[in-house]
Amino acid sequence: MSGSLLAYANDVDQIFVLAKHWLLGYVPGPLEPITSAILSVVPVMLAFPLLFAITTVLERKGLGRMQNRYGPNRTGWFGILQPMADGVKSLTKEDIVPRTADQLVHYLAPVVMVIASFLAYAVLPIGRNMVIANLNAGVLFFFAIGSMVELSVFMAGWSSHSKYSLLGAMRAIAQMISYEMPLVLSSVVVIMAAGSLSTVTIVNLQAGYTGIWPHWYLFTPWGIVGFVIFMIAATAESNRCPFDMPEGESEIIAGYFIEYSGFKFALFFLAEYLGMFATSAMAITLFLGGWAAPFSFLTWIPSYIWFFAKLLTIIFMFIWVRGTLPRLRMDQLMNFAWKFMLPLSLINIVGAGVWHFMPAGFVRWGAVSLLLILSCVLLSRGLRRNKWFHVRTYRYAT
Amino acid sequence: MTISFLLLAAITIIGTAAAMTLKNLVHCVLALTLGLVGLAALYLELGAQFVGFTQILVYVGAVAILAAFAIMMTRSAIPTLSNAESSFRASGSLIAVLVFAVLAWAVYTGTSKQAILLAPPEGSVAQVGSALMHHFVLPLEVIGLLLTAALVGAAIVAMDEPRAKQTRGRQ
Amino acid sequence: MLGEGIVKGLAETARNFFGSYVNKERLTTVQYPEERLPQIEATRDFPFLVYDGADPAAGLRCVACQICEKECPPKCIYIVKSTDKKPDATGKPQAYPAQFDIDISVCMSCQICVEVCPFDAIKMDVEFELSSEDRFGGLLLDKYKLAKSNEYYNKIHPTEAGAVDAALAEERAKAKLAAEAKAKKDAEAAAAKAAAAAAAPAVSATPEPAAATGETK
Repeated sequence: MSGSLLAYANDVDQIFVLAKHWLLGYVPGPLEPITSAILSVVPVMLAFPLLFAITTVLERKGLGRMQNRYGPNRTGWFGILQPMADGVKSLTKEDIVPRTADQLVHYLAPVVMVIASFLAYAVLPIGRNMVIANLNAGVLFFFAIGSMVELSVFMAGWSSHSKYSLLGAMRAIAQMISYEMPLVLSSVVVIMAAGSLSTVTIVNLQAGYTGIWPHWYLFTPWGIVGFVIFMIAATAESNRCPFDMPEGESEIIAGYFIEYSGFKFALFFLAEYLGMFATSAMAITLFLGGWAAPFSFLTWIPSYIWFFAKLLTIIFMFIWVRGTLPRLRMDQLMNFAWKFMLPLSLINIVGAGVWHFMPAGFVRWGAVSLLLILSCVLLSRGLRRNKWFHVRTYRYAT
Repeated sequence: MTISFLLLAAITIIGTAAAMTLKNLVHCVLALTLGLVGLAALYLELGAQFVGFTQILVYVGAVAILAAFAIMMTRSAIPTLSNAESSFRASGSLIAVLVFAVLAWAVYTGTSKQAILLAPPEGSVAQVGSALMHHFVLPLEVIGLLLTAALVGAAIVAMDEPRAKQTRGRQ
Repeated sequence: MLGEGIVKGLAETARNFFGSYVNKERLTTVQYPEERLPQIEATRDFPFLVYDGADPAAGLRCVACQICEKECPPKCIYIVKSTDKKPDATGKPQAYPAQFDIDISVCMSCQICVEVCPFDAIKMDVEFELSSEDRFGGLLLDKYKLAKSNEYYNKIHPTEAGAVDAALAEERAKAKLAAEAKAKKDAEAAAAKAAAAAAAPAVSATPEPAAATGETK
């Protein structure tokens, strides 16, 4: 009885894989590779923009409720059709390109950004056996693609031929480059623990259970610190609050996409959110066990449901932080990245090494936790020390 | 000579040739980026995943951005009216043809006519890592020192002159 | 502690978020156009003309003195005076506006026209949902659209209208008294003349009928 239930649960879990194999059976031999590729890629390319649409409405309603107001509630039932209205609006707006702008580069910038954002999904395992490309160096591929986003930011900022956009682009690129280091270094701890750069291997190693507790890397001291660093760096990489200085509307109007209107603006928006989802999905893969269920008695729920549940939780955290924190200034941002996050991620790597070589038990928990907490406290003191307050003096013409 | 190799080679050559001949410097940088991406794709086609992705991460993600910043900060973005001085064209192309001839002769005589069956590279990242840590540890440390020196030098060059202490309050 | 402020902030927003579902009073949004905020009595939007009684043409208080037209800062009032007269609010024969246009796309609701009108003929309305699809004439209100009854004025501005009504009633009473006094004086003068005429009929008989007819004319 339980055997058939388990088999049933396994079928539901693998339903997309089985559907793909069934469809491939109808395709003649020579066309199989390309059809297999298409069948793998199309659901991802449909699912994540749909998630983007849902996220825009969730964000607006969530932010509204946090600010004691309703969100959009006119279009459709509780505003659920708002993305349709936004899509129609962005498609019907006039596409204005400044006369002195670099036409080709101006056109290509959103295209490159969207391509880079979509490419990053190729190595993310969305469910058991559900990854588009099982590369040996999957994590490296992900970060390499992420660095292409900065190039498109430069293209957008430069080609608009406007001071606001150039300034915004410079700030955005500086911010992205600064936070890329803690991002990559905090994922190194997971690579050290897993011994492989392949995302599928990393998730498979986290899919086991001792008793009912999972083997996620989050449940280790270096995992917690690594996860927090990764999420903060991911927030900065996608230009989300509190790191949205490059696109802060009150400071620099819209930063590097100030001269974009209509659908190109929507493409930038799409690319930014897709980047946010991709980095969240990578965080889930590295630290939160990917598609694995949190407790061993919950494995009957399909793996892709767990993946999207974790992704939605992280998205809610992003929205929550956006509704709470004020925007960081540029120098505060940079100080934080270079003086706190980078040293902490390096010490985290040391901690993970210590963990690896000590025998399992409470001793290694205590030692590594002590090392990390101490370094957190000392580094934060170092951050606060640099502030100086003096009485502001004014010079009057006498 | 597969289709994919020809396509990637074409992309690389077009990108780098455009980087030399375009008038607008920003377009040159972007064309160079295209050439570098083509090169990375060639590495991937040869099976060197680590090198290919590192090429993208380092060259496209850092070097191209560096070149872009250099152009943004200086005034060299104004498009020039013409390309390089035409008086160097003849001698330049002669040197280029000579270099190409030497390289082609070296490649042609150095490789054998039959395809060599290589074992597929396995765990290349682990191999690179262990090679760096065991066999090539001295060059690794020297490179680390060199990078540190470069960072410190850059910071010193970019730092402000130390200011005189500001007076606290004017009475 | 490091991060304490952030945690407190997150707790506050979480309380706002969940509280807004549990406790509806947290959301102070007024869902326009289903709900509307109540307006205070002194609300002013655009002017309108007051008329007494039931007939707008006969009861219009405006006497086309054109003071409001001259005082209006953006010059949005256009008045054409009539050539004949009709009795105004206090009964005295005055001119009236043959044409009275206000362009409410120009009007800035400064209320100067109301302040300078000596006849309490123009007052401020409270309607603001006046958008029109006609770009050229939809926001140009003429005399017929501007005329609204005194009952309406009492409804929208009760205290103001009460004061105006009291003042007008006083003036009407005064005018009536003056008219009565004038009529009595005229009657007395007529009686005195008649007595003088009757006192001298013995002087001559023939001028009597002529004098009598002359008096009664």
